[in-house]
Amino acid sequence: MLTKRIIPCLDVKDGRVVKGIKFLNLKDAGDPAETAAAYDKQGADEVVFLDITASADSRDTQLSWVRDVAATLFIPFTVGGGIRTTDDFKAILREGADKIAVNSAALMNPDLISDAAMKFGSQCVVLAMDAKRIEGTDRWTVYKNGGRVDMNIDAVEWAIKAEKLGAGEILLTSMDADGTKAGYDLELTKAIASSVNIPVIASGGAGSCKDFYDAIEVGASAVLAASLFHYKELEIREVKEYLKERSVSVRL
Amino acid sequence: MIAVVDYDAGNVKSVEKALDKLGAKHVLTSDPEIIKNSDSCILPGVGNFGDCMDKLRSRGLDSAIREFAASGKCFLGICVGLQLLFDESEESPGVHGLGILKGKVKKFESSEEIKVPQIGWNDVTSVKGRLFEGIADGTFFYFVHSYYLDAEDKNIVTSKTSYGIDYDSSVESGNVFATQFHPEKSSDAGMKVLTNFLKIAGEI
Repeated sequence: MLTKRIIPCLDVKDGRVVKGIKFLNLKDAGDPAETAAAYDKQGADEVVFLDITASADSRDTQLSWVRDVAATLFIPFTVGGGIRTTDDFKAILREGADKIAVNSAALMNPDLISDAAMKFGSQCVVLAMDAKRIEGTDRWTVYKNGGRVDMNIDAVEWAIKAEKLGAGEILLTSMDADGTKAGYDLELTKAIASSVNIPVIASGGAGSCKDFYDAIEVGASAVLAASLFHYKELEIREVKEYLKERSVSVRL
Repeated sequence: MIAVVDYDAGNVKSVEKALDKLGAKHVLTSDPEIIKNSDSCILPGVGNFGDCMDKLRSRGLDSAIREFAASGKCFLGICVGLQLLFDESEESPGVHGLGILKGKVKKFESSEEIKVPQIGWNDVTSVKGRLFEGIADGTFFYFVHSYYLDAEDKNIVTSKTSYGIDYDSSVESGNVFATQFHPEKSSDAGMKVLTNFLKIAGEI
C-alpha cells in the first residue's frame, strides 16, 4: 500500500541551511547535505529545500550544494525558490534534484508548468501554492512573492488549472496557519485535495502528531513541516509511529 | 565497467551518484559500441514510453541493448527502463518496446483513492530472486509512475506491489533484471538492491 509521506523542509541561503522566523534573524544551521542525511536516517520520506537566496545571480552560482545533496541523499528531494524558466529546471535537475517546485513564476506564466512537464515529465513539476482565506468566506486566494502579493486567483481554481497544465504534485501552504503550530488548515487542504487527482502536500501549521493525522484524514498525500523537525520538537519517527497506531500506512 | 545508458531521459544523475557511493565504476554513454563492450549495463529513466523508445532508436541504442541483453551479461532496467524491455505500453499505442521480455504496460485506473501518477513509498511483497537477497518481504521502495507492468510469464516476476490492483513491480529473467521502483531513491533498502545487482554482475 502506498504510504503517506512525511517531508521535512529546509530553507537554504547562499548554500547553507538557515533558520529564522519569517525569514528574519536568520541563523546558520548547517550544511544542506548533512542536515538532509540526518533526516533520511530519522525516516524522512523526502526532503524539500527552499532556496531563499536573495539575488538570482548568487543563486545560480551556488548550485553546488544541490550536487552535494545528490551525492549523499538517497531519497527524493525537491528544490524550490526563485525558479523562473525551464533552463532553471534543467540546471537544478542536472545537479541531481528529483523535483522542482515553482510558485510565483508559475502564477506569472502558467505555461512554465506545461513547458516543464513536457520537457522533464510531470513527476518533477511541483506547484507550490501560498493560499490565504478571504476573511469570512470559504474561499482562498493565492499569493506570490513569498506571500506578499495577493493575485486574487481562487486557490481551488488555480490547483485545477495547474493539474491540467501538467503539475505532478501540489505543495499547499496555508498562510493563515503557517507558523501558528495550531494545525494545518484542514478546510483548505480538503478543498484542494478533493478538487484534483494529483497528490497534495499539506504545509503550514503543524504543531503536534495529531495535526499530521488530521491533514491526512482530509486528503493530504503527504505532510510537510520545517521548524517542528528542525528544533526537534517532534521526531519524524514519533509522528510515523503515531500515524501507524491509527492505521495510516507509513514507511517505518 | 558498467554502462549507464544516456538517452536524455529522466534523471540519470541519481543512479550515477548511487554507483559512486557503492564504489562501482561506470560510464554514462549513448555510444552503442561502448554499451556492447561493457561488463554490465543499466537503463535508467523517467519519461514517456514512446519518447524514450524514439530516443533509443535514433541513437541506435535499441539494437545495442537487445544485443547486450542476449549476451548473458547483467542488465538492470529501472522504472521506464523496466517498461521499455517489454512489447508495448498503453502510454504510447502502436509503439514497439524493446521486446526483450513478453508483456504489456498498462495505465493505472485513477479514482479518489488512487491518484495517478503513483508517487511515493510502497511495499513490495512476494519477493524472490537474487536482487532481493537479504531484503524482507514488505520492504518499502520509492515509486513514481502512471503505468504498470503486466508480464506474460509470471515466472519472471520477482515482486508484487499493490496500487488499486496488484501489479508486477520487478522481474528477473536470466541475466536481465528490472525494477519499477527507484532503488537509487529508496534509501538503505534501495542501496541493498543495487549492491545485490552489482555483486551478481561482479562489479563490486
